[in-house]
Amino acid sequence: MPVRITHEDFDAGREIATLRGSDARVGAVASFIGTVRDVNDAAPVSTMTLEHYPGMTEKALADIVAEARARFDIIDALVIHRVGELRPADQIVLVAVTSAHRGDAFDACRFVMDYLKTRAPFWKREQTPAGARWVDARTSDDEAAARWQK
Amino acid sequence: MPDFHSPVTAAVTVKLVYLARLRDAFGKSGESLTLDAAPTVGDVIAALRARGDPWARELAAGRPIRVAVNHELAAAGASLRDGDEVALLPPVTGG
Repeated sequence: MPVRITHEDFDAGREIATLRGSDARVGAVASFIGTVRDVNDAAPVSTMTLEHYPGMTEKALADIVAEARARFDIIDALVIHRVGELRPADQIVLVAVTSAHRGDAFDACRFVMDYLKTRAPFWKREQTPAGARWVDARTSDDEAAARWQK
Repeated sequence: MPDFHSPVTAAVTVKLVYLARLRDAFGKSGESLTLDAAPTVGDVIAALRARGDPWARELAAGRPIRVAVNHELAAAGASLRDGDEVALLPPVTGG
């Protein structure tokens, strides 16, 4: 299962070991873990709640992984994204990619994250001393995703 | 007696889904909306804007709201069928 949305925390080491298995074609594993910061836009964050759109989010992530497979020479890929209430330092997302060589593994991992940030239906709501607020999208994320369209 | 040769003019009812910030702004997670025959995504937005605030404010032209029909992003001209799930999505902020 290359895509998983879960309330539970994940063990990145175990997930990557499972992804690699005993596949001796794999010569490179690239991974990314996103975590909760304790400050965002100059305000301290005590908790963050992640919401998704069941049905569409799974499909969007699967489409992004399929697009990565079409663009890069990779062997396998995994996306785990958490939802629900998280605290600073908690893990949010894991992307892991296996490939024969590092170039495609690095590129595919970054591509999946850049597209996930701009295309996968997730929304963050932060609890700050001034109250709860929905996190605004960043133009820097749009620019990162646009890089792959050149 | 009904005229079976006339064009189909049955109203279309869609299931609206409001996500994240829009659910908070509208005070509900969704509703049913019935439209005249052969509606488009744009017709849904127009009908909601016509209610006034907060709908008009949140869905004003230029606001970065995207629409998904049955879990696929759809353009304003996309046509809708009875029973379609039409979701209004604020800009995404995952990862």
